[in-house]
Amino acid sequence: MGKSNAQTLVKPILLFAYGNLSRGDDALGPLLLDFVEQHCDLAQLELLTDFQLQIEHALDLQHRQLVLFADASVASSSAFSFMQLAPAQDKSYTTHAMSPAAVMSVYEEITKQPPPPCFLLGIKGESFELGEGLSASASANLLLACRFVEQLLGKPQITHWQALQINETNL
Amino acid sequence: MYEHLETAENPTNLKRVVVDPVSRVEGHGKVTLLLDENNKVQQARLHIVEFRGFERFIQGRPYWELPVLVQRLCGICPVSHHLAAAKAIDQLVGVDPENLTASATKLRRLLHFGQVLQSHALHFFHLSSPDLLFGFESDISKRNIIAVLNDYPDIGLQGVKLRKYGQEVIRMVSGKRVHGTGAIAGGMNKSLTKAERDYLLEDVDQMITWANDSVALIKKVHCSNLPYYDDFATIRSNYLGLTQPNGALELYHGGIRVKDDKGATIFDHIDYCDYNQYIHEEVRSWTYMKFPYLLALGKENGWYRVGPLARVNNCDLIDTPLAEAARVEFKAHTGEAMVHSTLAFHWARLIETLHCAESIKELLHDADLLGQDLVVQGEKRYEGIGVIEAPRGTLFHHYQVDENDIVTKANLIVSTTSNNMGMNESVRQVAAEYLSGRELTEPLLNNLEVAIRAYDPCLSCATHAIGKMPLQLELVDAAGDIIDKLIKHSDGQIERSNLG
Repeated sequence: MGKSNAQTLVKPILLFAYGNLSRGDDALGPLLLDFVEQHCDLAQLELLTDFQLQIEHALDLQHRQLVLFADASVASSSAFSFMQLAPAQDKSYTTHAMSPAAVMSVYEEITKQPPPPCFLLGIKGESFELGEGLSASASANLLLACRFVEQLLGKPQITHWQALQINETNL
Repeated sequence: MYEHLETAENPTNLKRVVVDPVSRVEGHGKVTLLLDENNKVQQARLHIVEFRGFERFIQGRPYWELPVLVQRLCGICPVSHHLAAAKAIDQLVGVDPENLTASATKLRRLLHFGQVLQSHALHFFHLSSPDLLFGFESDISKRNIIAVLNDYPDIGLQGVKLRKYGQEVIRMVSGKRVHGTGAIAGGMNKSLTKAERDYLLEDVDQMITWANDSVALIKKVHCSNLPYYDDFATIRSNYLGLTQPNGALELYHGGIRVKDDKGATIFDHIDYCDYNQYIHEEVRSWTYMKFPYLLALGKENGWYRVGPLARVNNCDLIDTPLAEAARVEFKAHTGEAMVHSTLAFHWARLIETLHCAESIKELLHDADLLGQDLVVQGEKRYEGIGVIEAPRGTLFHHYQVDENDIVTKANLIVSTTSNNMGMNESVRQVAAEYLSGRELTEPLLNNLEVAIRAYDPCLSCATHAIGKMPLQLELVDAAGDIIDKLIKHSDGQIERSNLG
């Protein structure tokens, strides 16, 4: 798709934030993206959002130097986690909602090349009902995550991001 | 009919097997089986945790927010909700479908074709092709898109790119992949630019070729074991969907047609604004999901199926040449007036995919897509009804507003609800004909999921988060003790605990 636009228009850094704005804390990813859109330099950064990850999103990884996925997380026990990902056939590809690692695996299968370095920022959420707003704790977690992402995007280099990896924060 | 398996006569001494959740469908559904001491199935049910809070979510909001708001009901077919809501609020501003401008109507149709194309491509290539290419009881490690990409790389890649193309159509028409605001009350808020049109034209012929190839593929798969494919999960039913005035397949706007299992027309060209004079919904105690039925035929005989199989069965023709040729072959393959094979949903779905690709090309050559006459207004009304053929079937949106344009009442019938009885009957058919009396294993239980997946049910909650999506099977003995448990964790690890 879009072969005429592909390499020339693709920005080297991708932030892909996913979630549903009307499902309580599931909005954390898109809200983080809104923050970045308003506060960060977008010259080298593309912002993409969707409700959930799907197979075709593997094509969004093409021609990137660095990719940051952002999602709400119920697995994290603290405000957020940040880690580099490896392609994985983790069975989420059998659902309508794939994991970033599975998207990377699809990328490998499609292109027969390793994907660009991808990181996942998981922001802790706890309530996901339709029509709910962001919970108080998720709002606090979002603020911390936004500050952290400003740091990341201020120096979009793989070594810098690797040094900042944290599975759990105790903030 | 397998309705006798809906409720066992004496459930207390039966073993209970639960498939929870059903995987490769959107949202949360589970199947429960009750087995006697010889593993004979005495009861089989598909339970669905339906969308909750639809009405509360919508009521109290100004009507003009609806096309954007309702997209968030579902992460899988947001455009269908968007357009159904837009059609309803057209009426709230006094605009009937025939009064929309040509540009607005054609842009909406293009948007919808993009949506159906990408949804059908996702379902077939990503979610169902592993079963169809590797076998229903194949090793679980094979039943996924990665295995398809590995063993059938061309087919897998075509699926990814067809899906992507549909998403690009949506993006060009509505401005965004999701949360777009293409349709507004009385029309559209933007037309296509020449550059956008040309961008979509670049790849459309390739999409038609791939869609045509996919029809050939599913026909080959289906006909390779015709007795099996025409029997598995197959039930006879009525079929409901929209058609054009000349009886042609219609996805965006038309009258309601209902045919019975022999192909006789029960209703035709019904104005969908009168839907609640023809369709009622029954509540049953064991599931959140209602059972719609045709009032004229009653609860027992009035249930019907919707979606690709219903639409291709019901229509007299398809107005694009390749899809029409495929339809003729499809209808001829059984020698009956109607095709009842549940697995034929896949075949019909791919015929529609081809129709969408052909229709997109036709529309892209229409100068009205570039037109600037996009919005009309009429006299305010207090009630609006929008109906559309979503990928999974007929979708109803019905709203009432007050003097301040605030929604006071909302009623939605989503397509998966209309297929509730059909899915339950198919589950019971598979349970009775393919599972009953056998020792249940995960590959065998996948047969139940294959039957459900054929309908492409959207049990969507659109909520996802890291750490969700487990699958759990439990085998419970007559005393109620769990004797076997199989768990698929969210990271894909399989854990089995034989407790017997």
